[in-house]
Amino acid sequence: MVDFSGWEMPVEYSGITDEHMAVRTRAGMFDVSHMGEIEVAGWDAVAAVQWLSCNDLNKLSVGQIQYSALTTDTGTFVDDILVYRFAEDHFLLVVNAANTDKDLSWIRSQLAAVGGDVSVVNASARYALIAVQGPRSPEVLRELTTVDLDAIKYYWFAHGEVAGVRGIISRTGYTGEDGFELFVPPAMAARVWDAVMQAGRAVDLKPCGLGARDTLRLEAGMRLCGSDMDETTSVLEAGLGWIVGWKKDDFLGAGVLRAQKAQGIGRKLVGFEMVDRAIARHGHAVLRGDDRCGVVTSGTQTPFLKKAIGLAMVPAELSAIGTPIEIDVRGRRARAQVVAEPFYRRPKPASTS
Amino acid sequence: MYPTDLKYTKDHEWLRQDGEHVLVGITDFAQRQLGDVVFVELPEVGRQVKQHEVFGTIESVKAVSELFSPVSGEVVAVNPSLASHPEAINQQPHETWMIRLRPTAESAEIGALLDSSAYETLTR
Repeated sequence: MVDFSGWEMPVEYSGITDEHMAVRTRAGMFDVSHMGEIEVAGWDAVAAVQWLSCNDLNKLSVGQIQYSALTTDTGTFVDDILVYRFAEDHFLLVVNAANTDKDLSWIRSQLAAVGGDVSVVNASARYALIAVQGPRSPEVLRELTTVDLDAIKYYWFAHGEVAGVRGIISRTGYTGEDGFELFVPPAMAARVWDAVMQAGRAVDLKPCGLGARDTLRLEAGMRLCGSDMDETTSVLEAGLGWIVGWKKDDFLGAGVLRAQKAQGIGRKLVGFEMVDRAIARHGHAVLRGDDRCGVVTSGTQTPFLKKAIGLAMVPAELSAIGTPIEIDVRGRRARAQVVAEPFYRRPKPASTS
Repeated sequence: MYPTDLKYTKDHEWLRQDGEHVLVGITDFAQRQLGDVVFVELPEVGRQVKQHEVFGTIESVKAVSELFSPVSGEVVAVNPSLASHPEAINQQPHETWMIRLRPTAESAEIGALLDSSAYETLTR
């Protein structure tokens, strides 16, 4: 068990590789109750969220979920978030555990400056969050709910009961697999966990810890805010231009991001694969000659692809796919290559769901 | 239970006498702390290592650790199968050797290592 932003969490249960493979091939379950939840509601909630986050709510229907970021006025990350649209003017922002307090005070201070009828509530204590992930996760949950899971499309959610506990069933996850995240009252979380464990026996579902969560998300090319990007990284530099609502009105950082888009960026977060036998880790330097020109932001040996991969912030001229780069792995110079992301993409299901 | 024919270090390496050589690996306790081993970096054959000196690194999915030599000696071989099958360290930690050393005649070094019951006490 490790301390994670004040939450006591397991790094692994049966082993990172075992858990990782369970999620890729069958199903795994994560207790991710540490994630923060912030509710934003009121007449001016749409304007508020449009101002605070870079993605565009015009592309978000009630019942749908959007990946976005809380941006600074220079287009860098306060946090990356998921925005749930509960109603036209009612949103749930799911934020990183370590950033919940920072995000709340950021949101409040920004909104105080512009005014309006909007209430912002830290709802984190109201929700436990259980992620059930993997190609066989629908059949596990089907045992426990009358909600039509096939009707919940990727990045949509529904309200309903799982194991007799009312909550939100969200078709999302941080693994690159099909799966669900269940928002339930904390007092009921153990009941839901136990019921999923029981129903998961048929597919050999495994409980999974922070270790597999990290290797799975990295293999899927998903960023970890605080590791891959932070308040010094612009949304474009993080390779997340697709979450910027270019067509919407002004928002925090819009000016800088539009200028970066027009003029290009000097550095970029890229995926890489090791060529030499070595594992690059967070903080290792990317070298050009003997100069440190970039840095590895995430790196691991991935259990499914069985390769050493990672993300690195490199000068734009080294960011093209196929570019050879060199990384200082604890004093040893190791060759790597920029590759296309994601490293892993799940196979398309035979039937549409 | 730690095998009684091995000697142990406080850094969680084991040593097995094999004729005039010794074999070195890491203990079951160490592999459980590390989790799934994915990479082992071993020294060149012919290198001289001193007791307690770093002879290589071992990486699991979650962590990197240094490997310390239980005794002084010359590396006469490294386990060739670890490059492709590092998971053997998790599966059979006390059977999976990493380096073979020719100790430099200081048997006092070996004598000072822990026996299995002392090591077990250490890891409790």
